[in-house]
Amino acid sequence: MTRLGAPPLPEGFVAFVKRDCPTCELVEGVLADIADRTNITVYTQDDPNFPSGLNNLVDDNDLFFSWHHEIETVPTLLRVTSVGETSRVVGWDRAIWEEFTGLQNLGSDIASFRPGCGSLSVDPNLAGYLEAKFSGSSLIGRRIEFAALEDSHEAMFNRGWTDGLPVIAPTEERVLAMLAGTKRLPSEVIASVPPDLAACTVEKIAINAVMAGCKPEYLPIVLAAVEAICNETFNMHGLLATTMPHAPVLVVNGPIAEQIGMNSGGNAFGQGNRANSTIGRAVQLVVRNVGGGRPGEVDRAALGSPAKVGFCFAEREADSPWEPISTMYGFPKGTNTVLAFPGESPHNITDQISRDPESLARTFAVNLLGIQHTKLVLGFDAILAVTPDHSRIFAEADWSRQRLTDRIVELTIRPGKDLVRGANGIAEGVSADFQELELPKFRQGGLHIVHCGGGAGLFSAIIGGWVNGDMGSTPVCVEITP
Amino acid sequence: MTKVLDPTNETKPTEIPRVERPSSLKGLTVGLLDISKPRGNRFLDRIEERLTEQGIKVLRFKKPTFTKPAPVDLRHEISTKCDVVIEALAD
Repeated sequence: MTRLGAPPLPEGFVAFVKRDCPTCELVEGVLADIADRTNITVYTQDDPNFPSGLNNLVDDNDLFFSWHHEIETVPTLLRVTSVGETSRVVGWDRAIWEEFTGLQNLGSDIASFRPGCGSLSVDPNLAGYLEAKFSGSSLIGRRIEFAALEDSHEAMFNRGWTDGLPVIAPTEERVLAMLAGTKRLPSEVIASVPPDLAACTVEKIAINAVMAGCKPEYLPIVLAAVEAICNETFNMHGLLATTMPHAPVLVVNGPIAEQIGMNSGGNAFGQGNRANSTIGRAVQLVVRNVGGGRPGEVDRAALGSPAKVGFCFAEREADSPWEPISTMYGFPKGTNTVLAFPGESPHNITDQISRDPESLARTFAVNLLGIQHTKLVLGFDAILAVTPDHSRIFAEADWSRQRLTDRIVELTIRPGKDLVRGANGIAEGVSADFQELELPKFRQGGLHIVHCGGGAGLFSAIIGGWVNGDMGSTPVCVEITP
Repeated sequence: MTKVLDPTNETKPTEIPRVERPSSLKGLTVGLLDISKPRGNRFLDRIEERLTEQGIKVLRFKKPTFTKPAPVDLRHEISTKCDVVIEALAD
């Protein structure tokens, strides 16, 4: 129950307490009583004068003893001999304390039992700090010290580490706290990040996740997302370098989304949810800082899009009429996954009149034709984000995702003569070779129908895709592991 | 004073000096690399015509797609067979 390098404790009984714990306050008299009758040393975590009336009181304000002796609860009572700690009890239980100390009639004027409180040394807000302070860090990243007169926010902007928005300074304490969010070792290499194809460790991802504002529990999703976008078939290099505005759009499935408080409901694509906002941003910062992908350099986007700051949301699974989108990639329902889709910012579809699935499918189809250009086909996938007010219409008519997909694919097949270059007075279009063919807008598996959004509103949305397939990018879905 | 961990890959770019430009293409092999952008071939066809007229040896190469870096093997092949390479962007 001690860590490497733990300072020895004095022989006899030892107690760890803090004033900010009703149980410790309750046993204040008991500790004084024990001190009168035998040898006890009390380590106090917050108030150096608590408990009162004791001679052997040690101020453990810096938690040096508490952390090294792995105190998780206060009060904790330990028995220490010449060989070190031999046993410990936690919380207050008269019978147990009497047996442990061999003293009778302990605290006969107070309740006989009361559970303890959390030790300050395991306070989640302090864990990373203490780990960094006492453990001798396992992190290998270069340390950069800002000058005393340098504002750390400005220093990070000046070094080109940010996307233009403020970032959190990735101090060792914060990075260690972030790493507590995963079971993986900091040194594990997750991916080679384009364009520099730099080996990217868990530690580097954690540093960028801190900067983006992630909480430790988001880290497994960021790790999985980095793995997904760096998959060769996703082609992050091309997606970054392209003159088109697309970026990785991340769709999270599985119970983890709700556990970490992601938004799959109202305003799912919008602002205000920390997990949605920071996970996508962390991935973009990894591409920028580890991959070396910066706008105006390898990133040649003509316009770009707000999605390039970071775009992440969860599928609304709880009341979805359809299986999670991750099932399209072979994952059973209930698996934590992240889908990386090369997409642009969402584009709203309004249909407040349709009440039957055929009419609404036609609305979707006619709007989906507009992705990139109504005369360009087969080259671009899409996410069709369907809100509950629209999905209900399909649920009531028992339309599965497959049926809706098939119907949209069918409705978006168009004659080549309308699509060839020059048709309808528009020079853009497909090659004249396709004049006589019937051309579908979407390739097989290209349309991704996702359930999300919420509150009232008979709207859905399209997230248009980048060039698909071998020439461009294929969406990649990976499992999120701890 | 704030001490932070470096979020970058910590590598320094390696400067590779360019091959000196030849004063003439006479006797050299010129590689023409089509990156697979639409109509890049038209541009290269014309370059090939012009170079061949001058008796210069031309070899044609093509990247599978413009959205990905050229495969290592292709880069190696070009470097071993050509003295000069012209790459066509286009659209």
